[in-house]
Amino acid sequence: MKITMREAIRAAIDEEMEKDTNIILMGEEVGQYNGAYKVSQGLLDKYTDKRILDTPITEEGFAGIGIGAAMAGLRPIVEFMTFNFSIQAMDQIINNAAKMLYMSGGQLKVPIVFRGPNGPAEFLGSQHSQALQTFFFHTPGLKVMAPSTPEDAKGMLKTAIRDDNPVIFLEGEMMYSWEGEVPENEYLIPFGKAIKRTEGSDITIISYSKPMKTVLETNEKLKELNINAEIIDLRSLRPLDEETIYESVKKTNRVVIVDESWPNASVASHIGWLIHKNVFDYLDAPVELVTSEDVPMPYNHKLELHAQPTVEKILNAVKKVMYI
Amino acid sequence: MIDIKKYDKELLMDMLEKMVLIRRFEEKAAQSYGLRKIGGFLHLYIGEEAVAVGAIQNLNLSKDYVLTTYRDHGHALACGLTPNSLMAELYGKITGCSKGKGGSMHFFDEKKHFYGGNGIVGAHIPIAAGVGLKIKYLKEDGVVLCFFGDGAIHQGSFHETLNMTKIWEIPVIFICENNQYGMGTDFKRVSSIQDFSIMAGSYGMYGEQVNGMNILEVYDTVKKSIEKAKNGIPVLLEAKTYRYKGHSASDPAKYRSKDELEKYKSQDPILILKNEMIKNNLLKEEEFEDIDIKCKKIAKEAADYAEKSDEPDLNELYTDILI
Ligand SMILES: Cc1ncc(C[n+]2csc(CCOP(=O)(O)OP(=O)(O)O)c2C)c(N)n1
Repeated sequence: MKITMREAIRAAIDEEMEKDTNIILMGEEVGQYNGAYKVSQGLLDKYTDKRILDTPITEEGFAGIGIGAAMAGLRPIVEFMTFNFSIQAMDQIINNAAKMLYMSGGQLKVPIVFRGPNGPAEFLGSQHSQALQTFFFHTPGLKVMAPSTPEDAKGMLKTAIRDDNPVIFLEGEMMYSWEGEVPENEYLIPFGKAIKRTEGSDITIISYSKPMKTVLETNEKLKELNINAEIIDLRSLRPLDEETIYESVKKTNRVVIVDESWPNASVASHIGWLIHKNVFDYLDAPVELVTSEDVPMPYNHKLELHAQPTVEKILNAVKKVMYI
Repeated sequence: MIDIKKYDKELLMDMLEKMVLIRRFEEKAAQSYGLRKIGGFLHLYIGEEAVAVGAIQNLNLSKDYVLTTYRDHGHALACGLTPNSLMAELYGKITGCSKGKGGSMHFFDEKKHFYGGNGIVGAHIPIAAGVGLKIKYLKEDGVVLCFFGDGAIHQGSFHETLNMTKIWEIPVIFICENNQYGMGTDFKRVSSIQDFSIMAGSYGMYGEQVNGMNILEVYDTVKKSIEKAKNGIPVLLEAKTYRYKGHSASDPAKYRSKDELEKYKSQDPILILKNEMIKNNLLKEEEFEDIDIKCKKIAKEAADYAEKSDEPDLNELYTDILI
């Protein structure tokens, strides 16, 4: 069955809400408007405004309300219209959701999912176009997932909803209409399990979420150059599947990491460090990163495209790592 | 009804022309958006012109300041930013008011004391008070106008800021432009009260509701409010208004009825002023036609200017991050 990312995410929410009446969905425009990106289309009709809650534009407030409800036994899914606005809720997410279990000595769990569009979009300027995963990745007490296909999105979100920890679920803002095959039967994709998109022996390319598409496009060019790349889609950032990474590095001895967030102290730089620390002896070249440029996103389209990972940038990084 | 005869004809003409310019500028921008010359979000202000123009007309922008949201085209034009620099910004050109790096939601002009253009709901409200703090600190004579939508009024930033503005007697006038909807949400569905001006009472400030479709009412109320703000009593105004278009150019606005839209269009802010002026022999229909033609021409020239302007160089990507 071929469905869009949007439909896959909706199906995950719908199937889980059907099973567990403690699950509620809340956020701006999720109800009557059917979701700003139409992810929650039809859910208000099915579950009524008791379970699908339209909120005012008060990210800090409704994120906190979600957290309180989760501590007391509900299982809220909180939609951020885009993760750009989650920055206003950062205090609630970091200081309450992420630390509650720890601070309470294991007494209070926070089974909540924060989800919504993340990452660069087009022509939206600095405040509305940015990849924020590193902020969450940085924070102990959170789980972080970022799917790159509808199949993964559905299976991963169901896992996230059933998990008893706070989960940040990042959906690429430009990905909602991407289509992909999704199994008919029920399935779950666990945390901490990366997937190999291709097997290869010359170089390992690690990525996740939207840039996976750019990586796969680059791979077509690599094939022409007879470069046999092993492409790893991380899927889950926290916990991170280090084993799959190391196993691949041991085989290929060369690594490029592609991440659309900023380079400093990032998901990409952390993985680069992990590789240098744990499988240094297997490396034939320093690990290369292809990230967003270290700048706020410009509005102008030419500049905006240049600020992000591109096929050309990945190609250059691969060549550099392979000394060609 | 306000007696129109108490106003200078020149003032009235100026305000009328500014409203028409905003309307024609935005219609042109919408057209360019349709042709994909402008991308991203385009939040049009059509229908709300009287609020920005009526309020800002009271200012002296060599000492006063204006801050607003992502729906900023009208305020920027009312502050005297040139249509050329604004259209060029929408086109992402280097000649734009923010060098093509900001886009529709991020118009700025430091010299004209137009401090944006903010894309995050509620985020500029404390900033406005900070600008006001400078005025107070340096014992200047200015005032700050801070515009925001009904959606922003529930945010912590709003409530935190009002409190500080009052205790520090900062000269700010907060103007809630209640166009009835925050995206697809009727404000009544997400607001515990329906007259926002009473929120001023919680902070010992002065509050008043004003008909945002009537520019003279806006003008007078803001004039009076400036006096109060400068005397240590910050003000919260709620201007009742309406946006004719969807939330942004891509929103079909199915959440509201045609009848409702028509009802508001029949009390169009430009028509209200125009008719009142004609009735009182301050304007002839032909004169209005001339204004309209002139504004359409300015808007078209702005689009031509934007079209012909250069894109920013690639190295602009790395400039303006730090000094
Ligand atoms: C903090 C934050 N949350 C959500 C958004 C997305 N958003 C942009 S405009 C808008 C509606 C705002 O409505 P209102 O304040 O009434 O202003 P209007 O657009 O009607 O002028 C929303 C939800 C945002 N920009 N910032």
